[in-house]
Amino acid sequence: MKQLILVWLLLVGGTLACVAKEAAPVMGDAAMQERVMKLSGELRCLVCQGQSLADSHSDFAIDMRNKIMALMNQGMSDQEVKDFLVDRYGEFILYSPPFSGITTMVWLGPLVLFTIGAGVLFFNLKRRRKTVTETTLSPEEESRVHSLLNKESGDKHA
Amino acid sequence: MGRFLVPLGVFGLLAVFLFIGLSLKPSEIPSPLLDKAAPVFSLPQLHEPDKTFAPAELRGQVWLFNVWASWCVSCRQEHPVLMQLARTGEVPIYGLNYKDAREDGLRWLQQFGNPYVASAYDNAGQVGIDYGVYGVPETYVIDREGVIRHKHIGPISPDVLTNEILPIVRKLKG
Repeated sequence: MKQLILVWLLLVGGTLACVAKEAAPVMGDAAMQERVMKLSGELRCLVCQGQSLADSHSDFAIDMRNKIMALMNQGMSDQEVKDFLVDRYGEFILYSPPFSGITTMVWLGPLVLFTIGAGVLFFNLKRRRKTVTETTLSPEEESRVHSLLNKESGDKHA
Repeated sequence: MGRFLVPLGVFGLLAVFLFIGLSLKPSEIPSPLLDKAAPVFSLPQLHEPDKTFAPAELRGQVWLFNVWASWCVSCRQEHPVLMQLARTGEVPIYGLNYKDAREDGLRWLQQFGNPYVASAYDNAGQVGIDYGVYGVPETYVIDREGVIRHKHIGPISPDVLTNEILPIVRKLKG
């Protein structure tokens, strides 16, 4: 039991150490740090474009986090910090693009494609049901089918 | 026949989009600073720390603002092109020594040559942030009124210089 607790402590300690390392470049009190990390989670690291500023360990992300903290210390609101960065780096730095201009396509595109897809599927299924029910066999055809099927199974057994 | 036209059309459309995608460079983000006044700053010069460099002093001339650093590998690649350009004297190049140690920057210029009329020393990288620098080297073309007319991200190749930067410089000089 003692050993288990030790292992658990080690694991938890290890995780905490990782978290501490991630936040290390940004100094300040815990509440401010949380604010910085939350906001940088909504901003893109321009060097490693698949990551947010909070996730990235690149020099650029560290610089940006420090800058964000400096701006917050000057008394800027989250929105003002965002505007500051957009003025310099462009809207691309925002992880979720704004709902305006060409980026409307990004927001509405999936919905439009889904509607088109669902529509095509709906009409195709409707049409298919009609064709399936319409196919009926005449008595002669039915007896031919039977004889063919019997012949086939007979061949296989032979 | 009609059965094949739709998938063929979809395929064609997809192929066109993917082909366009091939030539896009997602690492080059268009700068919001284009056609806006170059951000104002005043920094000590790299060679003479007592003197300052401010873009406002360059009103009335077309100039290039090149962000460089001794730790930047691609800067080495574009360096001969800048040296060549400096020799022609067609357009003055001013540098922003970005997040560098002063002695490293000076040694770098001594070793490879100095194409800059002057370099501003931005050790803290704060001016870099104002200019939206995220990858060194970056080069800005700034006009007589102090407005940023062009930004090139990444090293300047001879091709970029003759086909992209110089035509803009010549147009701005009229």
